[in-house]
Amino acid sequence: MTAPGARQRRQMHLAVQVPGAGSTTVWAGPDSGSHIGFPSFRHLAATAERGLFDFLLLAEGLRLPEHKGRIHDLDAAGRPEPLTVLSALAAVTGRIGLAATADTTFHEPYELARRLASLDHLSDGRAAWHVVASSDAFTGENFRCGGRPDWCGGRPDRSQCFARAAEFVTTARELWDSWTPGGVPRPFAHHGRHFSVSGTFDVARSPQGHPVVIRSGESAGESGGHSHEEREFAASTADVFLAGPPGTPEAGQALYADVKRRLAAYGRRPEDLKVMPGVTFALGDTDAEAQENAAEIRKQQVSPQGALFALEQVWGRDLSGYDPDGPLPRIDPDPAGEAAPGPAPIADRLAVAARWRAVAEAKGLSIRQTVIETTGRQSFIGTPASVAAQMVELVTAGAADGFVLRPHFTPGGLDEFAGRVVPLLQERGAFRTEYTGATLREHLGLPLPVWKG
Amino acid sequence: MSAPIRPLHLAVSIDRPGVRDAEPYVRAARLAERGRLDFVTLGDTLGPPRRGASRLDALAVLARVAPATDRIGLVPTVTTTHTEPFRVADAVATLDWVSDGRAGWTAEVSATEAEARHFGRRAAAPADALWQEAAAVADAAARLWDSWEDGAEIRDAATGRFLDRDKLHHADAEGPGWTVHGPSAVPRPPQGRPVTAVDATRLPARAAAARHADVVYLRTGPTPSPGAVRAARDDLHARLRALGRDPGRVVVLASLSVALYAAADAVALADLAGSWWADGVVDGFHFRPRDPDRDLALLVDGTVPVLQHRGLLRSFYPGGTLREHLCLPRPANRHTTARRTA
Repeated sequence: MTAPGARQRRQMHLAVQVPGAGSTTVWAGPDSGSHIGFPSFRHLAATAERGLFDFLLLAEGLRLPEHKGRIHDLDAAGRPEPLTVLSALAAVTGRIGLAATADTTFHEPYELARRLASLDHLSDGRAAWHVVASSDAFTGENFRCGGRPDWCGGRPDRSQCFARAAEFVTTARELWDSWTPGGVPRPFAHHGRHFSVSGTFDVARSPQGHPVVIRSGESAGESGGHSHEEREFAASTADVFLAGPPGTPEAGQALYADVKRRLAAYGRRPEDLKVMPGVTFALGDTDAEAQENAAEIRKQQVSPQGALFALEQVWGRDLSGYDPDGPLPRIDPDPAGEAAPGPAPIADRLAVAARWRAVAEAKGLSIRQTVIETTGRQSFIGTPASVAAQMVELVTAGAADGFVLRPHFTPGGLDEFAGRVVPLLQERGAFRTEYTGATLREHLGLPLPVWKG
Repeated sequence: MSAPIRPLHLAVSIDRPGVRDAEPYVRAARLAERGRLDFVTLGDTLGPPRRGASRLDALAVLARVAPATDRIGLVPTVTTTHTEPFRVADAVATLDWVSDGRAGWTAEVSATEAEARHFGRRAAAPADALWQEAAAVADAAARLWDSWEDGAEIRDAATGRFLDRDKLHHADAEGPGWTVHGPSAVPRPPQGRPVTAVDATRLPARAAAARHADVVYLRTGPTPSPGAVRAARDDLHARLRALGRDPGRVVVLASLSVALYAAADAVALADLAGSWWADGVVDGFHFRPRDPDRDLALLVDGTVPVLQHRGLLRSFYPGGTLREHLCLPRPANRHTTARRTA
């Protein structure tokens, strides 16, 4: 549907990732409420649905971050289990898609396929699965199969976990296809490298056939060793590719073209996979005010203590004696120094430190200012009109099919975007003015999966 | 009428084989809530469909029911044999969060080859071994629920600390061949520990129930006899005392399959419940309706008013959480207790 008088454009898709644990969530101050209690989820879901968003995405918590053997205490921490929260949200929403992050390394296909199909039934066809393959032994310590490498298909090595994830999705699809569309269960059998399972699945084919499958990749600016595998995975089997923030329009275009190009090899059309970068934003009544708001959010995200922690992660040394408002340390990083365990260790400390020093020297920045300057700037900063224009430009330029917004605050972090930016996108004909479908597949313009009985 | 000092506890199963949408479950839970029952249960298994009937994940269904209800407790069956203990604990804790303190779980095991083949990880095992592991999973869940002390989230802007890390603890739970390090990803749920229920009719499960259950079901045969239930209850109480647990802190429910065809049947059920109660056989009942629509309506509109009229059943919910309905205290956190006594 297009607003009267608006130019006809390709419409974008919008989703929101609920803020929770992690360093990007602003947890101090009057705008920061609980990210655990159900009323916060309900508020965000209601805002997103009022804004006609395609879906709402919840992350999964499998291990609290630790540093030097102690729980990391500076960032927002704690996450309710996403599939359970989304099942509850299905009761208080009517149209918005409900996407759960679920790891494949420490899960088994029968159980997870069942929970996802259940959510699809309970939400009348609004379920999605954000596939994540964790590969660190640190997380594995919370799981019995973490201590049983023979169960997990080998040690949690990254390539193994990728291969397991791919076979996991294949197996889940076989389970979802095991009931006839007429409602008759039939036996399944899957004997592969990672799974050898057989029997009869107990959930009837769900309204979407298969819940929507989302796969993440790395940011367009980095060409890490695994981005190829992630893109290939997405091209082979995903419905949505959750990309990193587009560093520049050109980088976004390059990634977009690269991912879409890979689809043909799997007999898929470019429109069968939606590329949606994850983005952050800061709004203001004027551009100057938006810049001030953006800077204020960054200051809240990087507390003095948080700045020292980030510095220690790069330097690999105890820097607790340094003044966060003073200059960077003169000593060099210890490339073999201790870092917080977990999924994302810093690969090349010396290079990162050199870059930080260059920035600090060029601009005369303190430790805290340097961390603020070099990490996590908002993707879109400006007035509602300017942010809407930036988003439309990226979609028009072929750098994105839409965006997954990552607000900084719970629960009100999406209110202003839904209230002020969405109407401008609609005026431009760049976003829907009503839900025309009932299921998430319909919102995303994805076909029902062909039943492979 | 006045509320009895120690009310009769009533629960009902809302199992509906073949149902694929939420609406019938919501309707049943609301009906049970109108009858002021303590909680509803929903069975589950990781086995094949029974008689070709589709089945949904029970915990997900009751999470879907939670926002559509206010007071009634929500107790899905969760199996421990093939599911990761960490996930069991987090899912049940999250059900407690979304229901604001109304969650429980009925621990169950997966004993069949068919279930084992769905996972392809290990062969089916004897009931004794499975229930020993179920007890270890219940213990792991309790440790994970205690791994965040109340008030661990401090949001202290002055020191930049979101957490008071002294109030977070590794769970280091152990089971046969596995450990769970922790802490949980979910902060301590509203009830402290959601209610753990076990069907202790059979002996292998009874040992696990004696260690970890807050609620125990004792199933009766087709002709309910108080003698058999009383004997099982006495055995359970002896086991509780041997473990140093107070039998007064464990709610024992007779689990009865019921078929109510007319108002007279509903009154007869009230008579049976009243007399078992008067004789001190059990603390209450878990009814399993044979026809979910017919039986639940007669239960709520027939049996419940009679029991209320006789002063055996409350006519309102004095509390908000499932533990409050069951007259069970919110458990102290083991780490908080340890620090206070240190």
